[in-house]
Amino acid sequence: MRRTTGTILAYALLVGGTLVFLYPLWWMVAVSLKTPDAAQAATVQGGFASAWVSDPQWGNYPEALREMGSGEKGRGFLDALANSVVVTVLTTLGTVLSSSLVGLAFARIRFRGSRPMFLVMLGTMMLPAQVTMIPLFILFRNLGWVDTFLPLVVPAFFANAFFVFMYRQFIAQVPEALLEAARLDGQGWLGIWWHVILPLTRPVTAITAVFTFIGTWNDFLAPLIYLQSDEQATLSVALNSFRNQYGGITKVHLLMAASLTTMVPCILLFMAAQRQFIEGLGKGAVKG
Amino acid sequence: MASITLDRVSKTYPGGVRAVHEASLAFADGEFVVLVGPSGCGKSTLLRMVAGLETITGGAVSIGGRVVNDVPPKDRDVAMVFQNYALYPHMTVRRNMAFGLLRRRRHGGFAGLFRGAERRTELAAIDRRVDEVARTLGIEPYLDRLPRALSGGQRQRVALGRALVRDPQVFLFDEPLSNLDARLRIEMRAEIREMHRRTGATMVYVTHDQEEAMTLADRMVVMRGGVVQQFGTPSECYGRPANRFVAGFVGTPVMNFVDGSVAGGTFTGGGLSLALPAGRWPALPAGPVALGVRPDRIRVSAAQGDVAVTVRAIERLGDRMDVVLDAGATRLVARIENDDALVEGGPARATLDGASAHLFAPGEDGVRIADAGG
Repeated sequence: MRRTTGTILAYALLVGGTLVFLYPLWWMVAVSLKTPDAAQAATVQGGFASAWVSDPQWGNYPEALREMGSGEKGRGFLDALANSVVVTVLTTLGTVLSSSLVGLAFARIRFRGSRPMFLVMLGTMMLPAQVTMIPLFILFRNLGWVDTFLPLVVPAFFANAFFVFMYRQFIAQVPEALLEAARLDGQGWLGIWWHVILPLTRPVTAITAVFTFIGTWNDFLAPLIYLQSDEQATLSVALNSFRNQYGGITKVHLLMAASLTTMVPCILLFMAAQRQFIEGLGKGAVKG
Repeated sequence: MASITLDRVSKTYPGGVRAVHEASLAFADGEFVVLVGPSGCGKSTLLRMVAGLETITGGAVSIGGRVVNDVPPKDRDVAMVFQNYALYPHMTVRRNMAFGLLRRRRHGGFAGLFRGAERRTELAAIDRRVDEVARTLGIEPYLDRLPRALSGGQRQRVALGRALVRDPQVFLFDEPLSNLDARLRIEMRAEIREMHRRTGATMVYVTHDQEEAMTLADRMVVMRGGVVQQFGTPSECYGRPANRFVAGFVGTPVMNFVDGSVAGGTFTGGGLSLALPAGRWPALPAGPVALGVRPDRIRVSAAQGDVAVTVRAIERLGDRMDVVLDAGATRLVARIENDDALVEGGPARATLDGASAHLFAPGEDGVRIADAGG
């Protein structure tokens, strides 16, 4: 009996929490389907009534995508989408490959200065991004990389301190004998990394990939700083220009429709990777 | 196939810990050598130096006449079987076994993409080889399973198979049977002997179990504290142990030692007195020695014998029994035929066989005093 009460209470709490977290998303959906006037009214008045749609305007979605970005009608969205995909995929790939490789080195290769270097690397996590923003910009400008994807993508191939740390902890638990067996089987460090470590660290890779993907996909500041021409804009930057173009929030229903559309890949990815992801968060051990 | 020569091989860790000290050994081509000793004696380190998994800080290791100190493991043509199997958990049994061969293909990797036919022939040959080895080990039904779906014994068979498919010059075993239960261990021992007979390869095997060493070895290396104590056949190590440590390590139950001294052809010590047979020791020293008598060389009975003893404990083994005796200040273990006349706590009489006794110089490390047999 007590157990049932407890269960009901737990579920009530979970459902309540879910509703609170879902409400803003639902509000976006609702506003994205309103007529221009109703959407405008909803943003001004707020309130729960604004979260209701009686006459959904499905046409808002195609219209939003057509109006997105500047230049030729209808190209803005596709350009920005392509830019986002290129930047995000390369960044994710680079982060996974480089972080696991560096993690392997810190976990398993004994070399002079390994420990101080690891500490320095961890130390870089303490630096707020704002501190390095201007020096980094100057660096990339001197390299002539401004207004290209390079400043967004290339750093990812030089590992990320947090993910290196995660990989290192995970790889440290892989039995030493496995790596030795691979060495006797003719593998060098790169072969061990590719054939043994990467397959065994899949849960960490899932976390790294999902976090990096979502972070890069939604990143606004870096693309805004480094990508100056409209053709280079990623989706998050294109959304911004879309807003400015119409002066604040005049076409808020279109903004919501476009924003929701850009969220879709992240949601799909999370659903696809969910199992691996939860596994990775839950356990840290590799069973031999 | 290849011989292995260790010339004053040493391993000192950066902290100054000495794992192996100047080991000089020569293993013949096709020989089965067992390295044995208590844990921490340096036997695994020595094996790993042969494998190339551990750097050598002094001396030289040669395989097949070639010094391999600076040759990476993959180029030494050795295969190793690990205690915890070390199978790749994400690969099927077939892929685990083929992995080493895949790396050695001539038309592997990127270049293989442009040589489809050669590549396919090579892959087919690897498949055939894996099938062949799997058949001899009886693991054919599991080829498409992952290691986690196998029992311990099956996993160790796969580990043996992974070494076998490579057909290396030298097989190295690092306590491969320690994780298996007693029955399976004996079964796998026979399997490994058979594997040695079939391949004719040089095999070096590490264990802490002296019984396993005795049953498997052509010759065995007994080690302690990083130093080789004796290198010889199992019967040499048992019958003519180099020193008190080897005498105590090889054979179960452990040899009985009594500290005392020799005077006029008689050993006296620990409340015992034993007449030593004339002529067995060409140069019998006078003065302090340690006497060593194997448990099966002590006779015990209720009524007859040289020494009065008290029976402390009896351990029945089925056909025979071990009897723990107190003879004055000395505790002895005897292995005898079953004798119901003996009771725990009761009196008995014991006779030590002087003809098969050993004498050692005094102290824990005392060397054996040479007798007429060598």
